[in-house]
Amino acid sequence: MTEHVATNETILVVGGGISGMTAALEAAETGKNVVLVEKNPALGGRTSQLYRYFPKLCHPICGLEINQRRLKGNPRVRLLTMAEVSGIEGSAGDYTATIKVRPRYVNENCTACGDCARAVETMVDDPFNYNLGQHKAAFLPNAMAYPQRYVLDPAIIGTPDADKAKAACKYGAIDLDMKEETIEVKAGAVIWATGWQPYDAAKIQPYGYGRFKNVITSVEFERLADIHGPTGGKILRPSDGKEAKNIAFIQCAGSRDENHLRHCSRICCMASLKQTHYVREKYPEDGKSTIYYIDIRAIDRFEDFYQKVQADPSVNFIKSKVAKITEDESGNPVCWGVNTEGYKRYTTPHDLVVLAVGMEPSVKGVNIPGHIVADSSGFIEADPANGAVFGAGCATNALDVNRAVQSATAAALRAIQVVNKVAKAEA
Amino acid sequence: MSANTAVADKYRNNFLKEIEEQVEMGDWVKMCMQCGVCSGSCPTNFQSAWEHPPQELFMMIRAGKREEVLTSTSMWNCTSCYNCIVRCPRKLPITHIMHGIAEYAHRIGMAPKMQPTRFFSGLFWKNATHTGRVNELKLSMGLYFKDGFVQGIKNGMAMQSVALGLVKAGRLNVMELFGGHKCKDQKKIHAMLAKAYEIERTRKAAKMAG
Ligand SMILES: Cc1cc2nc3c(=O)[nH]c(=O)nc-3n(C[C@H](O)[C@H](O)[C@H](O)COP(=O)(O)OP(=O)(O)OC[C@H]3O[C@@H](n4cnc5c(N)ncnc54)[C@H](O)[C@@H]3O)c2cc1C
Ligand code: SF4
Ligand code: SF4
Ligand code: SF4
Ligand code: SF4
Repeated sequence: MTEHVATNETILVVGGGISGMTAALEAAETGKNVVLVEKNPALGGRTSQLYRYFPKLCHPICGLEINQRRLKGNPRVRLLTMAEVSGIEGSAGDYTATIKVRPRYVNENCTACGDCARAVETMVDDPFNYNLGQHKAAFLPNAMAYPQRYVLDPAIIGTPDADKAKAACKYGAIDLDMKEETIEVKAGAVIWATGWQPYDAAKIQPYGYGRFKNVITSVEFERLADIHGPTGGKILRPSDGKEAKNIAFIQCAGSRDENHLRHCSRICCMASLKQTHYVREKYPEDGKSTIYYIDIRAIDRFEDFYQKVQADPSVNFIKSKVAKITEDESGNPVCWGVNTEGYKRYTTPHDLVVLAVGMEPSVKGVNIPGHIVADSSGFIEADPANGAVFGAGCATNALDVNRAVQSATAAALRAIQVVNKVAKAEA
Repeated sequence: MSANTAVADKYRNNFLKEIEEQVEMGDWVKMCMQCGVCSGSCPTNFQSAWEHPPQELFMMIRAGKREEVLTSTSMWNCTSCYNCIVRCPRKLPITHIMHGIAEYAHRIGMAPKMQPTRFFSGLFWKNATHTGRVNELKLSMGLYFKDGFVQGIKNGMAMQSVALGLVKAGRLNVMELFGGHKCKDQKKIHAMLAKAYEIERTRKAAKMAG
């Protein structure tokens, strides 16, 4: 064969959620060199922002901790956090990626002692908690952050708060002169694992997200239930801090809708079924969940999970897509609609409404640097035209953690095949 | 054979097919996923007068409830507010389907004769096409006396203050009862309408025969 695949044996993994971590580790453990690029200051992606995960209702630390340990022990993975790929040039076996790295202002000497945070006064929004709360401008991204290293928010750079932080650090870990850098990385294959983002609920006008404080999204609800969340794990409603015991879950909020996302997001039925467990856990006596649905899609083999929730007397199922939400004088969101079983009208107040928002790719296919084939929702398709750029996890579809990890392993295998070919051509 | 028995015969037990072929936009009915958003959005559904919300009508069509659907007053209650259309996740043109079913029921003589919207539509049409202008006084009187003379007087009395207000504001002319204003060339209006009728009739007849 005359075909010469060019000379690059590194695998570039973009996105450090559960999928990107898995793909990077699978490849590195077969002896490949990997560069793992993550936009946030810590790995873990949206899985780390869950309170519990189905089906076993374990804490996300379960899955993530093993991966963190594998990472620590593997010198083949070079990790770049606060970094984003801004362009990819070249072709299979010979790519050059341009990566922008934002300054963290904290170097590897950091022991995560927390002295800088105590010294700093400025508070900034906490994106880990979907901005439901604030944290200090010198912060650890989250309790189980990997790397366990603090970050200074750019807002305090050049202010006395930054100097206070630097003065407080006994380890010389704070470097206020760090600048944004642009670097180039060679790679034979690219695994694109940038995951998903919640659909912008404010676009679903009749539901009043953004207008009514007590209408929140399912991802925000995960943070409310978590002890590391803004309410310390109590389900309190945003408007007045009242205990929210009578909670409505609205399915297909933005999914299966020609006006919003055309696809079924596949996870949200399971997510709401799971979240009814949170309500019962926090309010065992008088917690009440109502699920408004078109049809329940307990994906995969989770029908039994659904049946158990169905048998729970504290959970009520209403076959109806809510038409609109209003707010009464006590700040209760009121759901309006028709129960399609019997065509009965309802106008029902709840303490809190949780919108089971749809999942869309966090980077739409067309925005991916390079040329990538994506479906009508922007999820990456497996297509020979993509060369050696392989989608993994929720960048390819709305998947649960289990499926995302499977997809990541498959992508790693494809990338390994490409760099093996490169190695052979070079030998 | 009446228009109704002719089509009923043609479609036998396939009412959905009948709606798809005969009703404007009727081919959308099968796209409904029964989510209930249209029914929950419909202002008339929060009134007791409304028998079947759109979603239920669509299900009844699929279930072959021909008689019940075509004689229903529900489609006639649609106010064309378009709430349902803007919210339907499947983008069904619900408002137009409602009017389409109403028009079809009327065409084959199944529509409820005294349903107020239907009655008013007929009245309005006759009134407007007669002189080329709407005679509001005759139109409202016609509607008031729909259920007989005694009820008509009662209705008229109930609306008295509104009518007086309109007269004062120059919006209602009592002299309209004797003739009223007209178009300049009524003959041409009638000729135009006759042509339009003819086109419409051939199109629909072809469909029914089709
Ligand atoms: C409400 C809700 C509850 C859920 N609960 C469960 C559950 O209980 N069990 C379960 O199995 N699944 C659950 N899921 C699904 C689960 O969240 C996903 O399966 C999982 O997050 C997929 O991981 P991922 O790595 O593919 O994507 P992500 O978690 O989205 O990770 C992507 C990573 O890429 C990074 N990134 C994004 N863009 C860039 C860029 N341009 N450059 C560099 N990095 C970038 C992000 O910062 C992120 O770290 C739930 C989903 C929802 C909506
Ligand atoms: S930067 Fe310094 S003070 Fe802050 S946590 Fe790290 S070691 Fe401690
Ligand atoms: S998984 Fe359930 S809630 Fe989510 S889009 Fe599909 S049907 Fe709707
Ligand atoms: S909103 Fe659309 S899809 Fe839903 S029931 Fe009505 S017509 Fe059917
Ligand atoms: S357009 Fe007609 S059917 Fe649709 S919501 Fe308004 S009144 Fe109801």
